[in-house]
Amino acid sequence: MAGLDRRKLVAVAVLLVLACALPFVIGNYRVFQATLVLAYAIALLGLNMLTGYNGQISLGHGAFYAIGAYTAAILMDKLGLPYWATIPISGAVCFVVGFLFGLPALRLEGLYLALATFALGVAMPQILKHEGLAHWTGGSQGVVIVKPDAPEWTGLSQDQWLYFFTLAWVVVFFVVAWNLLRGRIGRAMVAIRDQPIAAQAMGVNTSLVKSLTFGVSALYTGAAGALGAIAVQFVAPDSFNIFLSLTLLIGVVIGGLASISGAFFGAIFIQFIPNIADQISKAAPWAIYGIVLIAFMYMMPTGIAGFLRLARARLARRARP
Amino acid sequence: MNPTLIRIGRRAALALALGAAFAAQNAAAQAAKYGPGASATEIKLGQTMPYSGPASAYGTIGKVQQAYFKMINDNGGINGRKINLISLDDGYSPPKTVEQVRRLVEQDEVLALFQTLGTPSNSAIHKYVNAKKVPHLLLATGATKWGDPQNNPWTMGFNLSYQSEGQIYAKWLLKNKPDAKIAILYQNDDYGKDVLKGVKDGLGAAAAKMIVKEATYEVTDPTIDSQILTLQGSGADTFIDITTPKFGAQAVRKAFDSGWKPLHILNNVSASIGSVLIPAGVEKAVGAMTVSYYKDQNDPQWKDDPAMLEWRAFMGRYYREGDPKDQSNLYGYLVAQVMTQILKQCGNDLTRENVMKQAANLKHFKLPLLLPGMELNTGPSDFFPVQQAQLQKFTGTQWQLFGELMSTDAR
Repeated sequence: MAGLDRRKLVAVAVLLVLACALPFVIGNYRVFQATLVLAYAIALLGLNMLTGYNGQISLGHGAFYAIGAYTAAILMDKLGLPYWATIPISGAVCFVVGFLFGLPALRLEGLYLALATFALGVAMPQILKHEGLAHWTGGSQGVVIVKPDAPEWTGLSQDQWLYFFTLAWVVVFFVVAWNLLRGRIGRAMVAIRDQPIAAQAMGVNTSLVKSLTFGVSALYTGAAGALGAIAVQFVAPDSFNIFLSLTLLIGVVIGGLASISGAFFGAIFIQFIPNIADQISKAAPWAIYGIVLIAFMYMMPTGIAGFLRLARARLARRARP
Repeated sequence: MNPTLIRIGRRAALALALGAAFAAQNAAAQAAKYGPGASATEIKLGQTMPYSGPASAYGTIGKVQQAYFKMINDNGGINGRKINLISLDDGYSPPKTVEQVRRLVEQDEVLALFQTLGTPSNSAIHKYVNAKKVPHLLLATGATKWGDPQNNPWTMGFNLSYQSEGQIYAKWLLKNKPDAKIAILYQNDDYGKDVLKGVKDGLGAAAAKMIVKEATYEVTDPTIDSQILTLQGSGADTFIDITTPKFGAQAVRKAFDSGWKPLHILNNVSASIGSVLIPAGVEKAVGAMTVSYYKDQNDPQWKDDPAMLEWRAFMGRYYREGDPKDQSNLYGYLVAQVMTQILKQCGNDLTRENVMKQAANLKHFKLPLLLPGMELNTGPSDFFPVQQAQLQKFTGTQWQLFGELMSTDAR
């Protein structure tokens, strides 16, 4: 396992410094958007583990995003937990739910799994509205979350603080993912994707690895949901409809399947392209979105990350005589 | 004509002109005050609309309002200032609403928010706008919670509130059918309970006696047939139907097909002929009642109404791609007129405080597209602009107004 080479390490460090400087040069509203991008990036990374690395298509990850968001909201609103404590709990809850959902669902292959997860995504808003849960979930009215203040010594605004809080989690999640995906487990995941029978023959416990992948993927998405909910300060069933699940999948594919950095590109895409589409046409924003989507897929079939990798390789080849 | 009269007329005109010049000077001397989003030439308003997503049918409200303000600007604006309505898509998704509203408030710095659409979307920004002290005006939703000046002094709804609607039904029943045995079906969420509360408050002490049966359903239920049969079994002769369109259609059909045929009071949410009554079968809906507070352009009695002609001319000139049969286009125009009135009343004091103060200072404001005799009133402790409505009955082809204008004093 070769570690990061020095050039990459420098690049990551520079990016991190830029990320830290960002909230001081843009307004609070933009900081808020950047926070959402970071939260989406974590969610996309989670989905990418499942879809990109492990080859399982999920059309229902919005459901885990919702569970994470609601877990955080309920913990803060009903149990009075501090916001920072809700992230690991949301992640853990989603891990368990994802693992349990994964056990039976993973007997389903390919498209059938996609449909099963799709059903979960479709059902989630209705489950959240269910009368039996209304005491906790607030029914269709949702739950309002109090926005956390920055600790006084920092002198930051609420939005800046939340940005750094989210950024810290991004670092944690990406370092863990990087280690996971580069190691034994990551290789097993990819092997299952490419050659399931060969992987099994090599002694990989396919069903366990698949279930675990599903669980970890849900954990990431759930934690992202919690971070997103704290930034938005509100959760409601209408926030987590099936389009969220589809949007997440779009983000993964546009960013680049089986690519860690792709999560950021995908997150930027799903955060900003709808706004741009709305500015181009009020009559058919989704048509514009669709056109952009097709254009991206046509020009960069391996996603933005794949495109950049290709471009870099080509440049390097040209530089060498 | 008598020359002296003309002379007097001239003299009066001169005096008037002098007076006007004086007043103008006075106004100029009284320096104009501007909050964020307002200047000597422009007033910025912001809104979120579902141009995409599940509720995109309502997006036309935002478009008609932009067209309306274009017309206002073509005619010189309001007190000489052009209106710039920044209308953004939120896809009916609350997190997107939060994002877009933050953009409007923090980046575009609008003077006020106007007609943000949807109960969940507005719930998501309720706290934020009140903390930021941004006028959050004339929301396009019927929830009663928007009229709470004590706790949320920066938010004011527009639509006839669900509770007011319920009260109007109750009031009518108390007067015209005091021995009614009432069965109620309501959607088991905040909207359903909101209307139900209005009905019960309206009936007051008589509620316990008059309401013989209540039933609920969940939005997720496939059908409400069994609920209708339960209600029928109670021996009720009046059916208050608090349902959303899909269930409204089912209720109309089942209440007729089961042979119950009660007096059917259908709440306004499900009063659409196209999406509820036609699917249910119009012959089954004959005699159903609902409320209404503005003129229906599809109702032949308003065909030559001057306000209606004016609206049609506007649609032809400024919003040709809009559907003139779609009620949302009339509604959007009407609410934009109310906003115009509020801004007119602000004069040269265009601070957020004054916008809110003037929004809460509509006095006997009449609009020709509202039903005859209706007026809008608000006050520092009354954040419900629409508190009157009239009942209408379904004839088999259209809704027909009957009785007189009714008002609710409490909400």
